[in-house]
Amino acid sequence: MNQRIGIDVGGTNTDAVLVDANGVVGAIKSPTTVDVTSGVRGALTELINSIGPSAKQVDSVMIGTTHFVNAVVQRKDLNKIAALRVTLPGSASLPPLVDWPKDLARVVNGGSYFISGGNEFDGQQVVPLDEDAVVKAAQSIRDSGITSVGITASFSPLSSACEDRVAEIISHECPGIRITCSHALGRIGLLERENATLLNASLLDLATNTTDAFRKALDDVGITAPLYITLNDGTVTSSELARKFPVYCFASGPTNSMRGAAFLSGLQDAIVCDVGGTTADIGCLVNGFPREANNVVEIGGVRTLFRMPDLISIGIGGGTMVRENPLGVGPESVGFRLLEEARVFGGSQLTLTDVAVASGLMDVGDKTQISDLPETLFTAALATAHQKISLTIDQIKTDSQDVPMIAVGGGAPLIPEKIPGISEVHRVPFHGVANAVGAAIAQISGEADQVFQDFTRDDALAAALEIAIENAVKSGADRQSIKIIEMEDLPIAYLPGHAIRARVRVVGDIAAKPKEC
Amino acid sequence: MDKLFEVFDTDLDAIEIGAAILGTGGGGNPYIGKLRCRLQLQQGRRIKVIPIDELRDDALVVSLGGIGAPVVGVEKIEQGEECLRAVHALEDDLGCKVDALISSEIGGANSMEPMLTAAQAGIPVVDGDGMGRAFPEMQMCTWSIYGHRSTPSAMADEKGNIVIIKNTRNEVWVETLARANVVAMGAAAGIAMAPMKGSYVKKVAIRSTITQALSLGNSVLKAQRDNTDPIAAVLAHEDGRLLMTGKIIDLERHLKGGFAVGHIFIQGFGDFSGDKGQIDIQNEFLVFHRNNQVEICVPDLIVVLDVDTGLPITTEVLRYGQRIAVLALPCDDLLRTPEALKVVGPAAFGYPEVTFTPMPSSKNKEGKR
Repeated sequence: MNQRIGIDVGGTNTDAVLVDANGVVGAIKSPTTVDVTSGVRGALTELINSIGPSAKQVDSVMIGTTHFVNAVVQRKDLNKIAALRVTLPGSASLPPLVDWPKDLARVVNGGSYFISGGNEFDGQQVVPLDEDAVVKAAQSIRDSGITSVGITASFSPLSSACEDRVAEIISHECPGIRITCSHALGRIGLLERENATLLNASLLDLATNTTDAFRKALDDVGITAPLYITLNDGTVTSSELARKFPVYCFASGPTNSMRGAAFLSGLQDAIVCDVGGTTADIGCLVNGFPREANNVVEIGGVRTLFRMPDLISIGIGGGTMVRENPLGVGPESVGFRLLEEARVFGGSQLTLTDVAVASGLMDVGDKTQISDLPETLFTAALATAHQKISLTIDQIKTDSQDVPMIAVGGGAPLIPEKIPGISEVHRVPFHGVANAVGAAIAQISGEADQVFQDFTRDDALAAALEIAIENAVKSGADRQSIKIIEMEDLPIAYLPGHAIRARVRVVGDIAAKPKEC
Repeated sequence: MDKLFEVFDTDLDAIEIGAAILGTGGGGNPYIGKLRCRLQLQQGRRIKVIPIDELRDDALVVSLGGIGAPVVGVEKIEQGEECLRAVHALEDDLGCKVDALISSEIGGANSMEPMLTAAQAGIPVVDGDGMGRAFPEMQMCTWSIYGHRSTPSAMADEKGNIVIIKNTRNEVWVETLARANVVAMGAAAGIAMAPMKGSYVKKVAIRSTITQALSLGNSVLKAQRDNTDPIAAVLAHEDGRLLMTGKIIDLERHLKGGFAVGHIFIQGFGDFSGDKGQIDIQNEFLVFHRNNQVEICVPDLIVVLDVDTGLPITTEVLRYGQRIAVLALPCDDLLRTPEALKVVGPAAFGYPEVTFTPMPSSKNKEGKR
């Protein structure tokens, strides 16, 4: 592998690492700042100082960020949008934004327009697209001063022609307007796909500002390498694509951690336990990628079908509060105030960090602050934490055989050595910055999720694979390196012939010369 | 009709959960129907529910529901008045007014559609249904099982098309024609069928199933609020039995005769460590095997819940690695008679070698009716 810098911009810390073919070259942690540019610049400067000026010659920089999901959760930095629903006469009974939290809908809602058009389940037109209505909507959007629109047509994942035509008319009528088409965001499920489309449309100002700020930070420290942004699924996309699809960058934190754990340990199939300050996130690596949850995922109260890692989070972390008489461990945590409130740091709250120090598992802070701690107490507290972790691991395991586990995160020493069902606990160097490592090693992915009519199962999967590969190459992947990560099919009841919904996901290395997008 | 009660906005979340549990993995997702009901209520319409015994003997009751592929239902949402148009078309054909609507199946999406349409039509919806759960075919309604014709039936799509089915040779033909027609209509349509007298509904409908879905859903929501075990709450409410907690270690699904069929394989954990479970699927969960022995089968209900939240998992979102609880809930006695078992027993689903052994149920013995 060539030289890459991975950065994880978290709520508290910004972690940065430099990785090359031999592994991690250097790693730092620095505080996250409100001003995006200065925080990333600070982390990069520190990394360069620790490695040397050669660090500026990296081939690429990958950044994972919580900016976009936080904007939705906090309802800030969102731009107003217009929603075009191209489904009439169908789907008239539920308007766009119908299941959004009211406060969020108020912030983004810049008007909804229903248009006749769209497709049936077999890709046929329901009724001809009402182009006059699109022109009228465009004029109204232009007059209202809205600069970002989301277009959703029924069954557009099967045939994008209708959405593409609407987009063409809108951009002709409203020069400079930004358009998000729902077929680009994936799956069957109109409301959820439309929700993702509208969330995306509302994040475009922020996406532009944030990627510009990242780029500026790189320029400021003299790095000219291309910038990539990490995605929910543990892969990256060019910053140009991230500007168009910020919703794909929502949940990169936990994913990057698990991918980092795979890289640092060399294991492709394992349980990963990431112990942070507040929670332990336990997930499952399959072929080096997190196993994904298949449920509806709510982002800031909005229902979507984004694929997120299947994690169980429990209240066990370095900042987890420990109570005496009767003994209690968590789930409350001192969180980011660990450095003030934990006993070893001069505070008065007994935490799992104190327990770990007393047990000789960690060496931080001032040991003398807890010299009075009875051994029975810290032994019992540690045993409780161990038991909670062990129980959760049993739940996430899908194999009755013993499997290996990788321990990462700042609180990794809290993970016990012996766990039922676990063959070996792998402790890895740089475990505290596994998330930044995961960003640094990320590859490029492509996906297809479509209904195929009158295809055999094998033909449908082959067709989906071809689409997924083309999507990956379009995003900048090297065709030769592409591997299949997931392949599944789901027959559709009640339809004649062989209607099959096929889903394929592939990944590949970043192509030597990233494609212009 | 003075003992009617209303379904309010605040009841809809609970009915959604209860109906999805009774869907036994199929029946379609009631989420979209719930949102549509909510909008109707916000627009000032009211959902009035009539207990079965309050029906006049000569009242005209029509069975109502959406039919189609669940995956199409989530992509092509209703125009909004498909079922209402179907009811009006049936009234035109019959030459008289419908007095009340009843759900063809309480399990899944068809819990919501009749409430919604009744609110639009300004008539009550009956507290009951034709299955007490979900089944894949229309002739599996109790009205068909006990000899009532489903015809005339009226189907309506979002485009304004209406098709009347009548004078069919038998009930299977209604299903055959309706199924061909729903594909032509775009794989989703509303259907009003089996115009019945109130006196017949009193004899054959599964009773109080709107109330049941509501209070079942409320028991799950209460358990979630109180941090108690939602699975235990479901079992207590339905007089059910926990068959297994475990992880899905393999699943296969394919199409056979227009149905999604398949199997899931479960590795037990917790109290069921060492057990191997298998569930056979035909749109709904049909048969549960433990260590290669059939333990529960249709028409009793096999329900799969998320082990942590107690929320139901439908067959289309089943996935390798999911942590699930498998429950058996007793079906209504009306589904356990020899006539009913001919239509909804294991043999009707291709298991001639399996004998249906009803799971014990105090609910049925104590006499719901």
